[in-house]
Amino acid sequence: MKTLFDRSVPGRHCSILPACDVEVRTPAETRSSALHLPELSETDISRHYTELAKQTFGVNDGFYPLGSCTMKYNPKINERAASLSGFTNIHPTQDHVQGSLKLLHTAEKYLCEITGMDAMTFQPAAGAHGELTGLMLIKRYHELSGHPERTKIIVPDSAHGTNPASSAMCGFTVVNIPSAPDGCVDLERLKEACGEDTAGLMLTNPNTLGIFDRNIQQITEIVHAAGGLCYYDGANLNPVMGIVRPGDMGFDCIHLNLHKSFSTPHGGGGPGSGPVGCKKFLEAYLPGDRITEKDGVYSIEQRSEESIGAVRSFHGNFLVIVKAFAYLTALGKQGVPEAAQNAVLNANYLKHKLEDTYELANKGICMHEFVLTLEGLKKEIGVSAMDVAKALQDYGIHPPTMYFPLNVHEALMVEPTETESKEMLDHVAEIFLDVWKKAHEDPEYLHGAPHHSPIKRPDEVKAARHPVLRVPLHD
Amino acid sequence: MKTPVELKYAKTHEWVRFTSDTECEVGLTDYAQDALGDLVFVNLPEPDAEAVKGETICDVESVKAVSDVYAPVSGTVTEVNEELLDAPEKINEDPYGAWLFRLSDVSDADELLDAEAYEKHCEEEGN
Repeated sequence: MKTLFDRSVPGRHCSILPACDVEVRTPAETRSSALHLPELSETDISRHYTELAKQTFGVNDGFYPLGSCTMKYNPKINERAASLSGFTNIHPTQDHVQGSLKLLHTAEKYLCEITGMDAMTFQPAAGAHGELTGLMLIKRYHELSGHPERTKIIVPDSAHGTNPASSAMCGFTVVNIPSAPDGCVDLERLKEACGEDTAGLMLTNPNTLGIFDRNIQQITEIVHAAGGLCYYDGANLNPVMGIVRPGDMGFDCIHLNLHKSFSTPHGGGGPGSGPVGCKKFLEAYLPGDRITEKDGVYSIEQRSEESIGAVRSFHGNFLVIVKAFAYLTALGKQGVPEAAQNAVLNANYLKHKLEDTYELANKGICMHEFVLTLEGLKKEIGVSAMDVAKALQDYGIHPPTMYFPLNVHEALMVEPTETESKEMLDHVAEIFLDVWKKAHEDPEYLHGAPHHSPIKRPDEVKAARHPVLRVPLHD
Repeated sequence: MKTPVELKYAKTHEWVRFTSDTECEVGLTDYAQDALGDLVFVNLPEPDAEAVKGETICDVESVKAVSDVYAPVSGTVTEVNEELLDAPEKINEDPYGAWLFRLSDVSDADELLDAEAYEKHCEEEGN
């Protein structure tokens, strides 16, 4: 596709500025060369961006089963709420905007109730940012309790890559423990890893194989007995929200991805929001200001000196919180667990339709997502998870997450979410089965897929080794 | 899969080439590079870094994932192969030529495998 610079024609422009009616003054120092700006008409620009938009794929275009990402539909009512002028035409330093403070206060209350936490900060702008913030709370706790020697964070090998990365960013040493075959925590290995230098454990539950770890209370007890704290990565909250609470599982602090479980836009459609919740004993360390209520009047209160300090300005991505709040109030106390149940039902329905053909990484009931392994297919006929994922694109659906979790070879991780209908799941199952059939009839066809998308198969190796990130300009 | 008989191997898929009794070169095995896929980035240790057997010493990134490289023996890093920084593909092309780093004062080498034992280990891991 042509860039705006390719489309540029000297002298062409949009006639949107009136003639200059003030005296023109030229500064003493000006650039000696012309600016490299494309010259286009409004029609050209509009068509350019529409063409770009047509090449993208979002949850509004079709099925988007990106495992571990919870690409659920973003209800339009959220956008409507976030566009209300009472929310958009205010400034964070403006005094006592009661409506917005009430919203933040109530959203905190709701999310604390769902997660079993006592307090929450909305500052973190994304999941990994939340992880770092949560780990900073853990670090501060150990420092102030006179245990600066607790410097190790235990992370299972099935964890999201951001967990070890956030731990390292926070100055901790990462201790990787291998998972049991079902992706759950190996209790013996956990016991071995725990000690006087343990700062804490980071865990998702359900885990990355979509399995709920039944030993969760034992796990958090083992870590607590060793003097460590437990951090819950909220990436996989969707199948358990409103049903079980991380706080009751024994977790001390958590982050949520409002752009996953709570239906705000995800990825390029963001920004995200990764609120961090904690139990009472960590509350003083939370970043940002606290919102308090007395006799129906809301105010902003500074946290104590023990706070880790701001991790972002004011209350984070406020309008994203408005959208999540709209979602929560639309679903209500009954709707939140129903959404979770439907997410689990949808994943199991699709899994059931595929399990006689595709090989599952784990048999049995799954939670919100399941993992296929195409190792057998690759060995047998040379068709890889990448080939299958690319072939799925030709059917107008987004491929699942590929090559994750790392402990499953040739993995495809499928998360349909609750917002897909039975008809769509039936249709998707047919597509997967058709791709399987094609793979056996004509492996070469799959090696060449996608055949119908605007971009075929990019050279990933070259793209990583020699990325071209800018358009060279010519004088 | 190639496993030269003159080298020693760690179960974590690093090879060790002894250049004297206390000095060696370390790289990734053919099995490792094949499993990782096309390498796109290599993060080498700092010269003078202490290598502790079994602990992470550096990491490599392929199109699939970032993977830790474990020190197959203990020792002190004397030199790193900076050529790989611009050409990580050399590990794929010539795994036993593309050494990652050199160590001196080598110790804890008792548990290294010979080629035959390493091949057997890979077979078991593959199943």
